[in-house]
Amino acid sequence: MATASTICAAAQQLLSRAECEDLLYHEAALLDDWQLDEWFALFAPGATYDVPQAGAADDISSAEALFYIADDYDRLRYRVERLKSPMAHSEWPRSDTARIIGNVRVLGVNEAGVQVRCTYVCYRSKNNVTDTFIGHCLYTLIGEPGAIRIASKRVMLDVNSLRPQGRVSIIL
Amino acid sequence: MATAFAPRRKEGRWIIDDRAGGIFKVNRDAFTSQEVFEQERSRIFDRCWLFVGHGSELKKPNDYVTRNVGGREVIFNRDRKGEFHVFLNTCPHRGAMVAREKCGSALAFKCFYHGWSFNNNGKFGTRNPAGVYPDDFGKDGSVDLARVPRLESYRDFYFINYDRDAPPLETYLAGAAEILDLVADHSPNGMEIVGGVQEYSIRANWKLLVENSYDGYHAAETHETYFGYLMKTIGDFDISQIQADSMISYGFDLGNGHAMIEGKAPWGRPIGRTIPVWGEEGKEAIAKVVAELEERVGPERAARIADRDRNLGIFPNFVMNDIMAITVRTFFPTAPDQMNVNSFALAPIGESAEDRKRRLDNFLEFLGPGGFATPDDVEALESAQRGYAASKFAPWNDISRGMLKEVPRGDDESQMRAFWREWTRRMEEE
Ligand code: FES
Ligand SMILES: [Fe+2]
Repeated sequence: MATASTICAAAQQLLSRAECEDLLYHEAALLDDWQLDEWFALFAPGATYDVPQAGAADDISSAEALFYIADDYDRLRYRVERLKSPMAHSEWPRSDTARIIGNVRVLGVNEAGVQVRCTYVCYRSKNNVTDTFIGHCLYTLIGEPGAIRIASKRVMLDVNSLRPQGRVSIIL
Repeated sequence: MATAFAPRRKEGRWIIDDRAGGIFKVNRDAFTSQEVFEQERSRIFDRCWLFVGHGSELKKPNDYVTRNVGGREVIFNRDRKGEFHVFLNTCPHRGAMVAREKCGSALAFKCFYHGWSFNNNGKFGTRNPAGVYPDDFGKDGSVDLARVPRLESYRDFYFINYDRDAPPLETYLAGAAEILDLVADHSPNGMEIVGGVQEYSIRANWKLLVENSYDGYHAAETHETYFGYLMKTIGDFDISQIQADSMISYGFDLGNGHAMIEGKAPWGRPIGRTIPVWGEEGKEAIAKVVAELEERVGPERAARIADRDRNLGIFPNFVMNDIMAITVRTFFPTAPDQMNVNSFALAPIGESAEDRKRRLDNFLEFLGPGGFATPDDVEALESAQRGYAASKFAPWNDISRGMLKEVPRGDDESQMRAFWREWTRRMEEE
């Protein structure tokens, strides 16, 4: 990973923690409000969104291991389209969700962009049952303050298994 | 939530099976009753062959995995000589689990509580100072790791049975063995589980997942959004083709409560059916896979392996769906309205990285807790389970579809009737 001294040479500028936090909080609010088109617009063309299995290592590859979700940009676009439909039965009527983002750290910058890590808790309530998703997220961010885009988002689940949650039908 | 349960046998208590009239009903108490749940444990899960794992999970001697099978913690492992075993994961001393990781490699299992240790063939291996225990302590095997009474395999699928007197696995499998063969023959190098187990749960009775796993009737309705996505990726597919004779799916009773539906779906199959989104490169790669198959198993069998989709249920709780990818799942009730699911992806050993990628993409688009289809199945099952709280006033499920047909189709319900007849036979056995 590039160090602070190489940042100036890189096309990507290092972002401040506050700038990253603003984006992450904004993203969480869009998801809690089910503003999925606006959420998808935060992703740069070609971006990826994936959720490895509970307990996986941060650097696991979806070409080799079984994930829960491994979306490229097109599949992510369809995920959003699907979730907007009342025919996405698992999320209709829509779950109520609340996401809490914390422990935001800017890890550095590399060719792909600025590497950011946070911890999250996401509560999902559906059919009068509330499930809790807990873990950390790894982001690659690109662009400038005010116009930051997500180039990749990986959601790690720091739980032993998807019991009792059962499914990841919301976007985490 | 428990419903009163008639302890003595009573005809028609759980199912109505009117073959002449073409009516088949299942009583919803079968999904809610605490006593049914307990009886299933002794009459079904302690008597039937249960999938414990696939041989590929233990590639080398000394490898092990731990999991819960039929309500008991077990160790599925290979010893120093490479022999396969299944032990109950409980210390003969005072009960602690002797293996507490999900998988690993171990020459011996050492209990962390008081330190008793066991060779990976189960033999007690702790030396104690003289006089602490009698000289011949454990010589009779009484403090070896307890072994699950029966372990047998078929084409690398390992099953256990808690009943010492159960019939041999192959006899039990009946017509289902041939379907396991079809999958085992996908590759000249054998098959393997890819990248771990998806462990999730569903707030519904386990039998609802049996029914759902080979329910051709619900697909178009429940999974409309998946098919919407599929139609985009397969581009020029003519939807009216689904009605073509070559695509029609049929239901098969395989004996002993096992059943299957088999037909041809519009999605791509990494083993032999390309789709436009895979491009020229995909088309060529799939043609190569099919050519190898044809050479090895002959054109007729190759066509069945490559171009037919099948959903198999082995009684009571093993599912193998050889569809857009291969998923194997097994599940156990933890309460009448709760099950734990272990789901695996199965793939040919040695397939190219590109083939593997297409396979995993295909898997995730439909299957698993984050797919475009499985979560909607979960919602349907949980929704039905909530409905069964009204069983006093709305007591029956109807699964009569296609009952009067000579040749039932995949979107009929003959496969479920095969399951329920066996379930009832076992639950009512004197
Ligand atoms: S319980 Fe295992 S050594 Fe005591
Ligand atoms: Fe389904």
